[in-house]
Amino acid sequence: MKKLTCILVALLIVLSLGTAVNAKTLKLAMDADPVSLDPHVQLSGGMLQYSHMVFDPLVRWSKEMTFEPRLAEKWERIDENTVRFYLRKGVVFHSGNPFTARDIVWTVDRLKRSQDFKGLFEPFVGAAVIDDHTVDLITKKPYPLLLNMATYIFAMDSVFYTGTDDQGQPKDAIVKTGYSFANMNESGTGKYRVTERQQGVKNVFTAFADYWDTASPGNVDTIIFTPIKKDATRVAALLSGDVDFIMPVPPQDYDRIAGTDGVKLTTMPGSRVITFQLNQKRRDEFKNPKVRQAIVYAINNEGIAEKIMKGKATAAAQQAPEGYLGYVEALKPRYDVAKAQELMKEAGYPDGFECTMIAPNNRYVNDDKIAEAAVSMLGRINIKVNLKTMPKAQYWDQFDAQTADIQMIGWHPDTEDSANYTEFLLMCPNKETGYGQYNSGNYCNPKVDEIILACQSETDRDKRAAMLQEVERILYNDAAFAPLHWQHLSWAGKDNVNILPIVNVMNFPYFGDLVID
Amino acid sequence: MAAFIIRRIVQAFVVMFIISSIGFAVKHNVGDPVWQITGISVSKAERERIREDLGLNDPVYIQYIDFLKKAAHGDLGKSYFYKKPAADVILDKAPATLELVLVSSLIIVVLSVPLGIYAAIYPKRLFSRVIMGGSIVGVSIPVFLIAIMGVYLFSVQLGWLPSFGRGETVNVGGWRTGFLTADGWRHLILPSLSLSSIMLPLFIRLIRSEMMEVLESDYIRYAWAKGLNRYRIWFLHAFKNTLLPVITVGGVQLGITIAFTILTETVFQWQGLGFLFMEAVERSDTALLVAYLMFVGMIMVVVNTVVDIIYGVVNPTVRITGAA
Repeated sequence: MKKLTCILVALLIVLSLGTAVNAKTLKLAMDADPVSLDPHVQLSGGMLQYSHMVFDPLVRWSKEMTFEPRLAEKWERIDENTVRFYLRKGVVFHSGNPFTARDIVWTVDRLKRSQDFKGLFEPFVGAAVIDDHTVDLITKKPYPLLLNMATYIFAMDSVFYTGTDDQGQPKDAIVKTGYSFANMNESGTGKYRVTERQQGVKNVFTAFADYWDTASPGNVDTIIFTPIKKDATRVAALLSGDVDFIMPVPPQDYDRIAGTDGVKLTTMPGSRVITFQLNQKRRDEFKNPKVRQAIVYAINNEGIAEKIMKGKATAAAQQAPEGYLGYVEALKPRYDVAKAQELMKEAGYPDGFECTMIAPNNRYVNDDKIAEAAVSMLGRINIKVNLKTMPKAQYWDQFDAQTADIQMIGWHPDTEDSANYTEFLLMCPNKETGYGQYNSGNYCNPKVDEIILACQSETDRDKRAAMLQEVERILYNDAAFAPLHWQHLSWAGKDNVNILPIVNVMNFPYFGDLVID
Repeated sequence: MAAFIIRRIVQAFVVMFIISSIGFAVKHNVGDPVWQITGISVSKAERERIREDLGLNDPVYIQYIDFLKKAAHGDLGKSYFYKKPAADVILDKAPATLELVLVSSLIIVVLSVPLGIYAAIYPKRLFSRVIMGGSIVGVSIPVFLIAIMGVYLFSVQLGWLPSFGRGETVNVGGWRTGFLTADGWRHLILPSLSLSSIMLPLFIRLIRSEMMEVLESDYIRYAWAKGLNRYRIWFLHAFKNTLLPVITVGGVQLGITIAFTILTETVFQWQGLGFLFMEAVERSDTALLVAYLMFVGMIMVVVNTVVDIIYGVVNPTVRITGAA
């Protein structure tokens, strides 16, 4: 007996030594920290990044934009409205509760109640338990984006979040602006548990001992996540060695980081497109496709991407970037001032006109500088633009009220699908259906609406791609909007932090898989 | 004295009332908080519902009356971002700012008094000229530039000091202090020096010029004639009378220092009130905005009251209770 104890103790020491050697701590700085511990409280990049640390989705996006099994090991389409997911066995939540199909049903129900997610889960009837480790996701109509949506189903611990808390509130309440149990407590299946949280100051994530994904190469045991708001301070923190990993990286510091020993910059093309919308309701001139085309021809978006964005943007001629179903390779940026002047003459405005423009100054990368550049470019075809830029806190009210003739907007589709751009930015604005919610150009083409609506229940990938490409062509020929570029994503870290394998175009770094040498 | 304090308390309430109305007027121009707490793809109808739930659709005067009613009970509303009562958030962040202001005030006092006196007593010496020249440079460089240069030199290039944050803090009965750890002190150095860089040159110059004036006055001449010890003349007789204007200016400047914490704290990601205020503006966290303005207003009233009392102690000819 004594011998056995000895061996066990020795074994334990060896094992703990083994882990002590591999265990790494990552000091991480982003511009903001999660607003809540409840993944359903807000649909934002920051909250999804958090969700990927503490929870696990059914499936997740891979770098190549395919689906990677997570809590679902495999899946199959049962009928045109149903996909069956076979769940991983032996997964436990941070609370110790076992993960089963009931948690998925509970999570989907809660998503349908969440103010931010209910829109995305509108096409769903819900989820149904088949057995402990099998669950069906059922949609109202055939839905081509079912798997895309499964990336948002981060299993929450239904037992942990059921009941009432010590303040007498239901534990599953989703509260945006006040106390709730879920805002303060978490139980997911993810690699990290939240072990300390001072909101806005410091968040400590500690690896969960019973995490299921033992095949992952990740060797980071503790993540100390500090929000650093100011770009210059965030960069200084990395350069001085106070943190190991920063995101986002301001473009003005790309060269500096790339040129400094010991740290490295990683960038990747992104899918957020930056555009100008030309309001046809406010300006009769913009009703004329020739004027809109002239504007597109006048804006040197390749120059903007090169000079203002320091090459860390891809000039766009359509909404969706390469890799999306709707991407049409033939559509190229069309900068040509002579052509633009010609078009203005044909349209009957050789002397141009005067109009207004608004843009945010802290929402997109270099947004105000881009707007200024565009204003001077439009000056060359005699369109005199009065530009007003403002912080994002004030911008969206103004955007919504359509207070200017030309308005800037950037868009990244939550669904990672081409149709989403058009649904929000370019379908005919319709209060009832909510389509065209951000279409401040008031571009309205029934043909586009018809195709996009048909797309929504087209599950044949090739047919769907053809339809989406058709839409991009129509929008291009119509010059429905003035495209600028797709922003690149950027991260920077110390040399021993292997950033590239864990980042992706969604900008959800998979920290669980991070390897520090 | 009692009458004086009561009058000050009444004044404080008037000031608070005015600040709250200004805060309220401002809050409707910093933007719509609903945009900040929802994802961009959320529908208009959903957003409208949230707005309704938060009472943002009520007429402004009703919101204001509501606010005043609650404020009378000490409830300044709820911070949308922190999901806690705004007063709690303010109290949580206040120690960081107070510690920063305290340390920079100490730096100012400890450095400005001897340097100012030295420059006044020996105005022609080289060191005095260096002090005065340096103070001109100090006064004219903006605080954020000093802060950024400090970070660049001492953190990035030399690696001696941390570049951001408060470091390790200890929670003493709800007061999160950085005074009790070496790490906390290391983190304090750059921010407090940057913050004191605004006021330090000003105080050196002020003390110098006041002191020089006093040294020219008749009673000092008599003191010299009487053959008093030079240190007694400088530090007891002359310096005491130099203090009066310095205290007055100091009281006012303390308020400005608090205003400058906004810049310093933003550069250093120092989690205090100034940083909180910046973020509240960016996030349209209006309850927090108003609470901050009220809190700082209160500090100003208290500081000015204390300054007036100290004034009376230093110079008995000033009557604080008098009608004059």
